[in-house]
Amino acid sequence: MSGEAAKIRIRGLRKAFGAKQVLDGVDLDIAAGTSLVVIGGSGSGKSVLLKCILGLIEPDAGVIEIDGQDVLRLPYGARAAARAQIGMLFQNGALFDSLPVWENVAFGLLAQHAATRVEARTRAEEVLGQVGLGPQVGALWPAELSGGMQKRVGLARAIAAQPDILFFDEPTTGLDPIMGAVIDGLIVDCVRRLGSTAVAITHDMASARRIADRVAMLYGGRIIWSGTPDALMDSGNPYVDQFTHGRREGPIHMELRR
Amino acid sequence: MVDVVLDGVAGVGRGFFAVCRAAGALTLFALSGLSHIVRPPYYPRAFARAFVEMGYFSLPVVALTAIFTGMVLALQSATGLSRFSAETAMPSLVVLSITRELGPVLAGLMVAGRVGAAMAAEIGTMRVTDQIDALQTLSTDPMKYLVAPRLLAGIIALPLLVMVGDILGVLGGFIIATVKLGFNAPTYLHNTISHLESIDVVSGLVKAAAFGFLIALLGCFHGYSSRGGAQGVGSATTAAVVAASVLILAFDYGLTELFFAR
Repeated sequence: MSGEAAKIRIRGLRKAFGAKQVLDGVDLDIAAGTSLVVIGGSGSGKSVLLKCILGLIEPDAGVIEIDGQDVLRLPYGARAAARAQIGMLFQNGALFDSLPVWENVAFGLLAQHAATRVEARTRAEEVLGQVGLGPQVGALWPAELSGGMQKRVGLARAIAAQPDILFFDEPTTGLDPIMGAVIDGLIVDCVRRLGSTAVAITHDMASARRIADRVAMLYGGRIIWSGTPDALMDSGNPYVDQFTHGRREGPIHMELRR
Repeated sequence: MVDVVLDGVAGVGRGFFAVCRAAGALTLFALSGLSHIVRPPYYPRAFARAFVEMGYFSLPVVALTAIFTGMVLALQSATGLSRFSAETAMPSLVVLSITRELGPVLAGLMVAGRVGAAMAAEIGTMRVTDQIDALQTLSTDPMKYLVAPRLLAGIIALPLLVMVGDILGVLGGFIIATVKLGFNAPTYLHNTISHLESIDVVSGLVKAAAFGFLIALLGCFHGYSSRGGAQGVGSATTAAVVAASVLILAFDYGLTELFFAR
C-alpha cells in the first residue's frame, strides 16, 4: 500500500465509549479509485469507523487524511467541505420520510440551492434511472417502497452529487440473496462510472467478494488482516478463516453476555 | 452505615450534576438554534411546513379552549361578583383574565401537547433511523434544517393563535353574559373595552412568543437527543411535553413579574 496514492489514510484511530475501547489504533489506506470492503463481526466497530471518517463521531485520537488533508485538524468550514465529497448509503436507507422519493434523491441539490425544483426533479429522475427505477417512483413516499427499493433510492441519493468517495454501510443486510446481488451490481456499476473511491462494511462474504478490490478485517479495534478478495476464503489467518467460514470454534469468542 | 449515608449523598450529587448538565445542554442547544435562525442558508419550505403545522392546525383546539374558558369565566365571575353587587366589573374581569393570563397559558399548554409531542416524535424518529446523520452527509446542518425553522415557527405562530384566542375568549364571555345572565350587549362590549390597556394585550402576546419558543425548543431538544429506538422516542415525547408545560407555567410567573410588578 503506497502512502502517496491514498485517497483516505487513517493512522492510529482510537475511539472508546465509556470503558469499551471500540477502535484501538486503526491503520488503513484506501487508494484512489479502489473499493475496500471492511469485514468484521457485529459490534466490532465497523460503523464507528465509517462515522469517524464522516465526522458524525469525534474520535479520541488518530489521524484521518482525505486527499492528504488531516480533516480532524482542519477549521470547521474546510472540514465540512472535505466531507462534502463523501456520499453515504445507510444501512436502513435513512430516507427522509417527510419528503417524496425524488426530493430525497435531489436533497443535496435543493439544500445547497444549486438547482431549481424543476431541474432538481429532472436530475433526480435521471439518477433514479441509473439505479434501475422508473421516473414514476419519484412521486412515491419512502414508506411505500419495499426494502430493496429503499436501498436503491438510498444509493441514488448517495450518488446524486457525484461524490469522489462513497460509503456503504451493510448494503445487502435485510435483502434476499438475489436482491443483494442486484444491489451489489449497482454499487459496482456506480463506483466504476463515477470513478469513486468506495468503502463498504459488511459481514456478507458473497457481497464482500463482489464489491471489493481489497478486503480488510476489523477485530478487537484493529485491522488484523488485509488482502485481495481471492485470498479472503483462504487467508491463513485463523481469525479471518473462522469469520469467513462462519465456524463456532476458533480464536474469536463471541461475547454472548455483555 | 457510613457507606449507606455516603451513597445517598453521592446519589444526590449525581442527580444535581445531571440536572446541571441537562440545563447546560439545553441552553447551548437554544443559543445554537437561535443563531441559525438568522444565519443563511434559510429553508423557507421547512419553516412554512412547521408554521402551518403549529399555527393553522392548532386553530381548532385553541379556539375551543378559548371559547369555553371565556364562558366559564363569565359564569364564575358573575356568581362571585354578585355577592359584592359588582357585576358591572365582569366584562373587564373576563377580558383581562383572558388577554393577560389564560389566553397565552392555555393556548401554550394545548399547543405543547399537540405540537411539542409531534416535534419530539418526528425528530426523535429521524435520530434513531439515522436520518439526522444522513442530513449531515448531505452537507445540511440539522440545527439549521430541522431546529431553526421550528423555533421561528413557534415564536411567530403562538402570538397569532393567542390573538385569535383572545377574541374568541371574549366572545365566549359575551355570549354567556348576554344570553344567560341578562347583560345588555352594547354595555357589555363598552365595559370590555373601556378598561383595557394595550399592555394587557401586548404582555399576553409576548408571553405567547416565549411559550411558542419553549414548546418548539423542548420538542426539538428532546427529539434531537433521543436514543434507543421506539422506547427512546416515546420517553423523549413525554419529556418534551412535561418539560414544556412546566417551563410555560414557570416563565408565565417570571414574565408577569417582569411586566406588572411594581
